[in-house]
Amino acid sequence: MTLLLAIVVGALYASGLFLMLRRSIVKLAFGLVLLGHGTNLLILTAGGVVRGRPPLIPKGGAPLDAPPADPVAQALILTAIVISFAVVAFAIVLLHRVHRTMGSDDIDSLESTRP
Amino acid sequence: MKVLLVLPVLVPMATAALALLFFRRERIQRALGLLGSLVELGVGVALLRAVVRGGIQSTQLGGWPSPYGITFVVDLFSALMVLLAGTIAVATSIYSVSDIDRERRAHGFYPLMHVLLMGTNGVFVTGDLFNLYVWFEVTLIASFVLLVLGNERPQMQGAIKYVAMNLISSALFLTGVGILYGSVHALNMADLSLKVPTLSAPIRTTLAMIFLVAFGIKAAVFPLFFWLPDSYHTPPVTVTALFAGLLTKVGVYALVRVFTLVFVSDGESTHALLLGIAAFTMAVGVLGAVSQREVRRILAFHSVSQVGYMVMGLGLFTSSSLAGAIFFVLHHAIIKSNLFLISGLMRPDGKDVRLDFQGGLLSRSPGLSACFLVTALSLAGLPPLSGFWAKLILVRSGLEVGSRGAAAVVATSLAVGLVTLISMTKIWNEAFWKPAPPEAELAPRPRVSRPRALLYVPVVLMTALGVTIGMAPEPLLEIVRRAAAQLADPTEYVRAVLGDARP
Repeated sequence: MTLLLAIVVGALYASGLFLMLRRSIVKLAFGLVLLGHGTNLLILTAGGVVRGRPPLIPKGGAPLDAPPADPVAQALILTAIVISFAVVAFAIVLLHRVHRTMGSDDIDSLESTRP
Repeated sequence: MKVLLVLPVLVPMATAALALLFFRRERIQRALGLLGSLVELGVGVALLRAVVRGGIQSTQLGGWPSPYGITFVVDLFSALMVLLAGTIAVATSIYSVSDIDRERRAHGFYPLMHVLLMGTNGVFVTGDLFNLYVWFEVTLIASFVLLVLGNERPQMQGAIKYVAMNLISSALFLTGVGILYGSVHALNMADLSLKVPTLSAPIRTTLAMIFLVAFGIKAAVFPLFFWLPDSYHTPPVTVTALFAGLLTKVGVYALVRVFTLVFVSDGESTHALLLGIAAFTMAVGVLGAVSQREVRRILAFHSVSQVGYMVMGLGLFTSSSLAGAIFFVLHHAIIKSNLFLISGLMRPDGKDVRLDFQGGLLSRSPGLSACFLVTALSLAGLPPLSGFWAKLILVRSGLEVGSRGAAAVVATSLAVGLVTLISMTKIWNEAFWKPAPPEAELAPRPRVSRPRALLYVPVVLMTALGVTIGMAPEPLLEIVRRAAAQLADPTEYVRAVLGDARP
């Protein structure tokens, strides 16, 4: 499972960065999204993937003998997802704006506006 | 006492919230912005006093004990940075009153500015790597919007580079946090400084490099700085001055914090790498500056170059070189934001200045010329101004280290200082000294002209502050030395966060 996740994470990073290197600003946005997902998945994987063991101890219950699922990693991802939503939302608005101002989705066309 | 540690974040947050409440009342927003900045300056002073008297202060939010709770911790370096943020906030708030146009104010300039301050202060006071990430993002979002506020075409081009580079940097930072958490199950920086040395060397080095690249992008060091000159000259001067004073410093702060506290155990290789980066950053930045023809682009490239000096202090990694780095951060933030503020006064409408179309400023406004001259010479590092002391400490500690690499960096830094002087002279010659060219009279006078008296207030204040630091550096040097000692030996930091039970 961890190996599979690791490969998926790698694929997400690679495709995210590849898309960000393209000239189209739409692909830039998609690259950002993929990169964000890759990062979140990486934190989940790094926190240790454990099936079906919630980190809960009933009142007066014994401590868990096997390692439970790590709640901190999930809390981190939750925060990161919220943040990346905000950032991606901003990026999309910005790119929309740029597209409207420039009339093109080619990043290179921006360079010609240099004073 | 402990509330004091949270105030650097709470005050800008409250200011931003109140300013949002009065979204349509511009006068109230302006007053609130200024008031909030002044209070924040006060908080900075109080914080510095508390840390100078009582040592490193820390507090746990939510009452969880320390490696698990959210730690706020303020050592001398953090306190100095919060004070610096307050100073720059006050200067830019005064300047903004007449510099920021109506449209930008109506679109929430003041709330954004204080959200930016909240983010930077959060970076300075947090003791936890994941919270550092969160504060970085708060800063980023605010700076994104400030950067494009006004929707002018040149702003867009800079903004795309800025947004893309910084988001890659954030993703890398988060990757580093994830791997770090996966390998040591800790995120509290004091805790990390105990646990990271137990990691195997390859993982440690990998992590160090990930953080180096992530923070290096934010700090705009050598191969990663291209977004900075393109984005720093397009927004209004107030925003640029705020960015130049605070935003790159946030990256440098994070670099210093992480590489003095967490990744120190294989210092030889990482700090040698940092030295190399420092030398290239200094040289490439200043060469870029020489090739530019607009005042603000020159200044932006200089910012890159000066970050090199700060990284040099970190790379040499002795107590005195760290003192040099901190002193340089403080000096540079004041001087550089002042230079940007001055650049906004060089044309009636505050737009960026093509040097060819400039001239005659010396006879038209001698006061401004004097301020520019003093500040520019300070940037170049002429005695007895503040830049001289900053460079003197760095050069001396480089020579004390005595290795071949250190000597090379010292030589680079001296040469770069000379080139800095040359390019500052270029601005002086073209814009101030030479008579105004006839084309300038042919060019249409800008329609918008702003009430200028208020714009001079922060420039004069900041110049005076810079000169004071230069003339009487001892009190500041004393604090900076103590701050560097705390960085060089993190025992006190770790004890302040984790309590006496740990070493």
